Amino acid sequence: MAQTYQDLLTAARAEVPEVQVAELAERIGGVGAPLVVDVREQSEWDEGHLPGAVHVPRGFLESRIAGVATPDQPVVLVCAGGFRSLLAGRNLREMGYDHVESLAGGYTRWKQAGHEVVVPHTLTPEQRSRYSRHTLIPEVGEEGQLKLLGAKVLLIGAGGLGSPSAYYLAAAGVGTLGLVDDDVVDASNLQRQIIHTTDRVGMLKAESAKIAIEALNPDVTVNVHATRINRDNALELISGYDVIVDGADNFPTRYLLADASLMSRTPLVHASILRFEGHASVFLPYEGPCYRCVFPEPPPPDLAPSCGEAGVLGVLCGVMGNIQANEALKLILGIGETLSGRLLVYDALGMSFTELKVRRDPNCPGCGPDAHLEFRDYDAWCAGIGRHLEAVRV
Amino acid sequence: MSTVRVPPVLRAAVGGVRELSVPGSTVAEVLAALYAAHPEVRAQLVSESGELHRFVNIYVNDEDVRLHEWLETPVGDTDTLLILPAMAGGATASR
Repeated sequence: MAQTYQDLLTAARAEVPEVQVAELAERIGGVGAPLVVDVREQSEWDEGHLPGAVHVPRGFLESRIAGVATPDQPVVLVCAGGFRSLLAGRNLREMGYDHVESLAGGYTRWKQAGHEVVVPHTLTPEQRSRYSRHTLIPEVGEEGQLKLLGAKVLLIGAGGLGSPSAYYLAAAGVGTLGLVDDDVVDASNLQRQIIHTTDRVGMLKAESAKIAIEALNPDVTVNVHATRINRDNALELISGYDVIVDGADNFPTRYLLADASLMSRTPLVHASILRFEGHASVFLPYEGPCYRCVFPEPPPPDLAPSCGEAGVLGVLCGVMGNIQANEALKLILGIGETLSGRLLVYDALGMSFTELKVRRDPNCPGCGPDAHLEFRDYDAWCAGIGRHLEAVRV
Repeated sequence: MSTVRVPPVLRAAVGGVRELSVPGSTVAEVLAALYAAHPEVRAQLVSESGELHRFVNIYVNDEDVRLHEWLETPVGDTDTLLILPAMAGGATASR
C-alpha cells in the first residue's frame, strides 16, 4: 500500500522518541550526555550547528554511523526542522541503535530559543574543490587545510630553492608567503628557477614570483620584500611569520638567518645546493640543533664556491626546494617527523640520500647556554676576518 | 679499507671521484693515508699549524666525530667516512 510523507512521519514518531530543545540543552554537558549527530547537508552545517555536534549527512548516515557512535550509545539526531532526523532515526533503530532520539523542531528551533550555536570556520566550495586531494588525507583534512590557509611562510630568496618551494607552498594553499629577494630575473636563472619566465627577464624576482603565484592560487597573499635581508631589517622581516625557508646563496645571509631564527624563535628550514649535491635540515630554536651546532664556521671562499662559480644541476634545486616545502608544511600542520636533528645529504649522481645525526652542541656559539647572541658583521666574519685568517686564500 | 666520500669542492683534488677506498683504523689514520695519496686535500682541510679546520665536519657513518673521539674515533673496514664542509649555494649567482 502506498504511503504519503505524513504516513511515514507518523510511523517514525511511533518508533523514534522526540526530545525537546530545552531538555536537550539541559542534557548536553550533563552526565551521560547524548551524542548529537547533525544529518543536514554540508551547506546547512556550515551556516551553524549545535556545539559538540558531529556532522554525518543523512545520505551517508547508515554507512558512517559506526564510525561515530556505538549501538548502545544515546544519540540525538538533528536536522533543520525535525523531520529528516525522525526518518533517519527509524533507519538507525532498524540497525540496532536503540537509544536514538530526534530533536523536535531541529536546529531552527534550537537557534530560535537562543541556545549556543557554532559557526565553523570552513573552506569555501571553491577551496573544497581546489584542496580536495589534501583534505582526503586524514593527517591533513579540512582542519589542516584551514591551518595552511592561516599560515605565513617567509622565503629568503626567490631563486633556485625559493622557486620550487614558493610554488608548491602556494599550490598547497599556504595563505601568506613573504618573498625576500632584491635581485632581478636573468636568462641564466631559467634553467632552474621555474617560477620565472622568459618574458619576465629583467623584472624583480620577488615581483615575478608574485605574478606566478597569483596566477596559480588566488588564495595566497604575496608580500614582496625587494630587499636583501640584513642585521637591521631581519627581525622586522621575520616578525609575524610562522616559518622561515632559507634559500639564500651565501654564508653571511645563512649565519644571519641562523641567529635571527634563534632570536625570534622561528623555525628555520634549511637547504643548500652545489652541482649534484644538496643538504637539508630543520632548525627548531632551542629544541633541536641550530645551524651553528652543525656548521660553527663557514669554509673560506675557495672551499665554498657559489653555484654561479661552480654550477648546479637545475633539477637538484627542485628536489631540495621541495624537501624544504615538505618540511615547512609539516611544521605548520604539526604532523610527522621533521629533519630536526638530522642533516640530509642528497647525491643526485649516485642517487643516494644519506642521513647524518646532528645534535645540539652544548658549547654552541649560537644556541648554547653561554652564547652571547647578537647580530655581527657577517660579511667580515665569513670572509675570515678575525677568525681563520691563515686559511683564507683570497 | 674504509670508504671516504669526497664533497664536490674537493673532488678536483682527488682526481674527480666521489668515493675512495682508504686504509686506516682511526679517523686520523684514514686522513693521513688520504693526504699521502692526494696532498692537495691536506692543503684544503688542515691549517698551517697542522689542525683540521673548524669548518670541516667529519662523520663516520652517520655520526659526527666531534661528538665521539674526534680524530681517534675508530674506523672499520665497512665504515664510511664523510667529509662535509657547509655549502652556501641556493638562490642566485655569485654575489
